Amino acid sequence: MTLLAIEGVTRRFGATLALDALALEIGAGEFFALLGGSGSGKSTLLRVIAGFEQPDAGRVWLQGRDITQLPPPERAVAMMFQSYALFPHMNVRENIAYGLRRAGEREPGPRVAELVALLGLEGLEARRPQQLSGGQQQRVALARALARRPPLVLLDEPLAALDSGLRERTGLELRALQRRLGASFVMVTHDQAEALALADRVAVLDHGRIAQVAPPRELYERPATRAVARFLGAANVIEAGHLALRAESTAPAYALRPERIRILPALPESNGTRARVTEIAFRGGDALVLAEADGQSLRLLLPGGAALPEPGAEIMLGWDAAALVPLSA
Amino acid sequence: MRRVALILGLVFLWAPIALMAVYAFSDSRVPFEWGGFSLRWFAALAANERLLEAAWLSLRIGAAAATLAALLGLALGWVLARHGRFAGRPIFGVLAGAPLVLPEVVMGLALLLLFVGLQAMTGWPAQRGAVTVWLAHASLGMAYVAVLVQARLAGLDPALEEAAADLGARPSVVFATITLPLIAPSLAAGWLLAFTLSLDDVVLASFVSGPGATTLPVYLFSQLRLGMTPEANALAVVLLGSAGGLGLLGWLLKR
Amino acid sequence: MIRGGAWLALLLLVAAPLLVVLGMGFGTSSPGVPPVIPPIGASGWQGGFEAWGLVFADAYYLDAALRSLRLAAITAGLCLVLGFGMALGIASAAPRWQAPLLALVLLPFWSGFVLRLAAWVGLLRDGGWLNATLIGAGVISEPLPLLYSEGAMLLGMVHGYLPFAILPLTATLARRDLRLEEAAADLGAGRWTVFATITLPLAAPAATAAFLLVFIPAVGEVVIPEVLGAPDSVLFGRAIWGEFFQTRDWPAAAALSTALLALLLAPIALYQRLSVVR
Repeated sequence: MTLLAIEGVTRRFGATLALDALALEIGAGEFFALLGGSGSGKSTLLRVIAGFEQPDAGRVWLQGRDITQLPPPERAVAMMFQSYALFPHMNVRENIAYGLRRAGEREPGPRVAELVALLGLEGLEARRPQQLSGGQQQRVALARALARRPPLVLLDEPLAALDSGLRERTGLELRALQRRLGASFVMVTHDQAEALALADRVAVLDHGRIAQVAPPRELYERPATRAVARFLGAANVIEAGHLALRAESTAPAYALRPERIRILPALPESNGTRARVTEIAFRGGDALVLAEADGQSLRLLLPGGAALPEPGAEIMLGWDAAALVPLSA
Repeated sequence: MRRVALILGLVFLWAPIALMAVYAFSDSRVPFEWGGFSLRWFAALAANERLLEAAWLSLRIGAAAATLAALLGLALGWVLARHGRFAGRPIFGVLAGAPLVLPEVVMGLALLLLFVGLQAMTGWPAQRGAVTVWLAHASLGMAYVAVLVQARLAGLDPALEEAAADLGARPSVVFATITLPLIAPSLAAGWLLAFTLSLDDVVLASFVSGPGATTLPVYLFSQLRLGMTPEANALAVVLLGSAGGLGLLGWLLKR
Repeated sequence: MIRGGAWLALLLLVAAPLLVVLGMGFGTSSPGVPPVIPPIGASGWQGGFEAWGLVFADAYYLDAALRSLRLAAITAGLCLVLGFGMALGIASAAPRWQAPLLALVLLPFWSGFVLRLAAWVGLLRDGGWLNATLIGAGVISEPLPLLYSEGAMLLGMVHGYLPFAILPLTATLARRDLRLEEAAADLGAGRWTVFATITLPLAAPAATAAFLLVFIPAVGEVVIPEVLGAPDSVLFGRAIWGEFFQTRDWPAAAALSTALLALLLAPIALYQRLSVVR
């Protein structure tokens, strides 16, 4: 069942086109990620859904209702801001209760207690935001957004401000929370690993357009365009006709995953090339090898225990035809 | 080096004040001449009806002017901080900042001429006095409040107001529950500043006031020509004492 | 709607008065109440150029202008030097001392402007505290003529305007990036070099703004010169005051005010540019 539908949404800032006739559908109970670099339009799209930006063209539908002209207070959408935006002059309890009071709730106590328990904030109710750690602030921001049981929750780079150890754990907690609540979460992120790990479906944005929408696995294994391929897992993009490519289908270019390139004792007839090693980075679990071949830079991923070539060495590389993913753009 | 400058500067600023404070308790009719300890000048102060009347008027005008200045300054600061580009914005900015830099003689004369002209055209103000002084002081104070409010608003995270709207608050509710509480300290500081400026103003009041509405500084200024009595020292001590006392109270309340 | 209200306040309380002053220079002095015939009346234009003639024909007012500019510049310069040092001292103090220090700077001003001037008079006059103390200690035998001089006036001006320089400078200096100064020291610069090559240049816009914040109103100062200055030393502010309250020549006062504004146009424009809030 479609919860949110975006139809032909365009937004311009002066001469820059932030959103270019975007169309998207998000289902109920879905954990959805908007993935893209800076300037891709992902934050603008989030703000359009929340109501802080008005699209120059197009429409936004929530639960079958056209909310394009509706101001933020009247939308059944709750947002968790990147800076958390906790009200510094109110304590945790009052922050969480804020939305409830605006809805006319005279006794927010019980619901606030529920959320405090849900997000593990016991004992912190009387504290001010300045007295909380980053992780705690985030949970308060989340509790505040969830107070009125919104069907759609928007999260603006929720994990960006956390240190890496906390990031992974918090990400999984977020997903568990979403499953439990049954609400739809739309998360904006520039971190592809995060998007792939947590989302049911991911939309990759590039210069205000949607390059591809797909579940994580499909996105990773079958990127649709050069931009998507490069963004996810830093795949190698090889133009047709180069490096003796012989693929199973015809396409202008192909993506080749770093882990699908092997070092061979001899040069294969096709789908292979001579290359010179430029950099080696041992990363514990695996090793990254950068090599130059025919004017093109290639990335290989070798298992951590494998024998590593010397920098400057000449090596022979090869791959399966099946490993070549055709790109349409 | 800067420690030296700070100490020297503070000594310089406080020297006349310290002297006033000491000699307020001197039993001598010659100001700044020691004649033994006495409280007679405080008693004389309490008996000086004209002075007390002027002081009471100044306090009332000060509070009223500061309040009007706070309201107008809030509006000015809000527009400057939040309204981006609009028709006439440069002129708006210049006018809002003008009272800060223009010499008071010019503002005083200008406001008086305006009041006289208004009276000729509309009949109001029939008599210049407390009301015209109130307006003149408010026009000075609002520029100071505007600067403080604008700076505070510019430093406020816009996400706070967006979050409030996202949680269901209409613009007026956002302002009342989020914006206002967060800019309140700046507004209060502005009120205090406008109050102080009003309490100290000689020039504006001299131009726009009328019979029966003599403010304290104007009264004191006229007395100065005739020669000040040590009562002035006593008054300074009273003013300083109440200011210091209020400040201490405020500081204690905050803790 | 808020903007409308704000515009109304600005037009009524700032723009209109200024326009009236500008126009009244073309008015004519007259006996009666009020002692002026406005330039625009029921039958249209009835103004004249008498007031302007008065202002520009006489070198008297040019003298006054130059003297006012000079004294205001000296005042602003002294306030800047002393104020900068004090502001640096406050900004460099531990955070918990900064508010109390600022309070110490501001508290004297609660004793009352006129009262403070009276204190200076009592301090400096021939029979005043300073002279009495010096004579009593045998340092001098005759009282020093300290009061009613340019020196006394400057003393009073600096004393009165100092906080106007200290407050904005403290705000700017407290916000400065100390790491820049640390970097300079690390590269071999001694304390004075750091001050001269890093601190001072970076604080230059704020320092200029502080100078102007004192200079501009000081040019038209009336009360302090009246109380502490030499009686024959004509300054612009006193000239306007005199034309209005003594001679009762309103158009002349208005014309002089306009001339003063014209004189200050450039400094005011510079100040507005420097003080744009980022």
